[in-house]
Amino acid sequence: MSKFMLGRKVGMTQLFDENGSAIPVTVIECGPVYVIQKKTADSDGYTAVRVAFTDKRPNTVNKPDAGQFKTAGVTPKAVIREFHTENADDFSLGQEIKVSDMLAVGDHIDVVGTSKGKGFAGNIKRHNQKGGKEAHGSKYHRRVGSLGTSATPSRVLPGKKLPGHMGSARVTVQNLDVVMVDGERNILAVRGACPGIKGAFLEITTSVKHAQA
Amino acid sequence: MDLLQAVEQTQLRNAYPEIEIGDYVKMHLRITEGNRERIQIFEGTVISRKGQGLSESITVRRLSYGVGVERILPVHSPKIEKIELVRKGKVRRAKLYYLRDRVGKAAKVKEKLAAKKA
Repeated sequence: MSKFMLGRKVGMTQLFDENGSAIPVTVIECGPVYVIQKKTADSDGYTAVRVAFTDKRPNTVNKPDAGQFKTAGVTPKAVIREFHTENADDFSLGQEIKVSDMLAVGDHIDVVGTSKGKGFAGNIKRHNQKGGKEAHGSKYHRRVGSLGTSATPSRVLPGKKLPGHMGSARVTVQNLDVVMVDGERNILAVRGACPGIKGAFLEITTSVKHAQA
Repeated sequence: MDLLQAVEQTQLRNAYPEIEIGDYVKMHLRITEGNRERIQIFEGTVISRKGQGLSESITVRRLSYGVGVERILPVHSPKIEKIELVRKGKVRRAKLYYLRDRVGKAAKVKEKLAAKKA
C-alpha cells in the first residue's frame, strides 16, 4: 500500500539507536489528516484519496472547498493533497488518519518540501563551482568564468550555469528511515534532514527508490 | 507542547548527579567486545560542557602516564552505565582548556568544599 502523510517540520535533534550511537533526526508534527474525497475509476478515471491537514479559520475558506469539507464532515483545513492508491475503498469519507496508521518504525519514506530561500546566489553557492585564488595577484575570485565559444555559435548555449535565484523550490529528499512514530502526539521522527524552515509544510510518501518488500 | 522536547524526553536520563565544570568524575562506560559486555571506568576532570537536552556532551580529561587523554561523551548516551561524582571542583571558568597547557600540580583543580557552598 502506498503511504502518504502530511506534516510540519518541527526541528532537528538527535536520538540514540539500540547500539548507542547518536543519529540525527528531523522531528515532524505529522497528521492527523482527514479524508475529504475519494476518486474512483468510474468517475475520475483513476483511484485516489484526497486528504486535508491543519485547521484554518472558517472565514478564509472558499466556497468549493467549504462544500468538500461539509460533505466529508470535517472542519476547514489549510492544506489539501491527493495521493494515488489502489485500495481507496479502505478509506471512508471524513476518516481520521493518524501517523501511526500509515507509518511504522523502519519504514523508508521520501519527504517533499519547499527548500529555504537563498536569494540571488552566485555560481559558487548555486552550482557548487570552485572559486579562483583569493590572493597572489589573482583578480578572479568568485566570478562565473567563460560563457562559451566566440564567433561559433555567437550565443550562450542553453543550460549554462549562471547566477540567479536559489532555493524556495520544491525539493524531494529520498529514502529516509523512520526512527520514531507516535500516533498519540502526532510525532514522526526521520533520520536525516528535511527541506525547508521550521514550520515548513512537508509531504511524506513511500520511498520510490527503496526496494519494496 | 514542544514536540522537539517531547521526542527528546523519551531518551533523556535524569538520574545523574549534578555535574559541573571542574568536577572529578568516574564515567562507567559499557564496552562491547563481541557478544560480551563489560564496564570500563574512565575518570578525570570535566573541562567542558556543550549542547543541551539530549545532545549534551561533556569533555573529561585526565593525565594517563604523562599523556593527556580527553574523551568527549554524550551525557545521555545509553552506553554510559552511570556517572559517579568523586569530587567537586572550584573553578571560575566555563571551559578549562587552560589545563591542557599544564602538567603536574598546576594541572589540578582545587576542591570545592561543602562548607563553601552554603
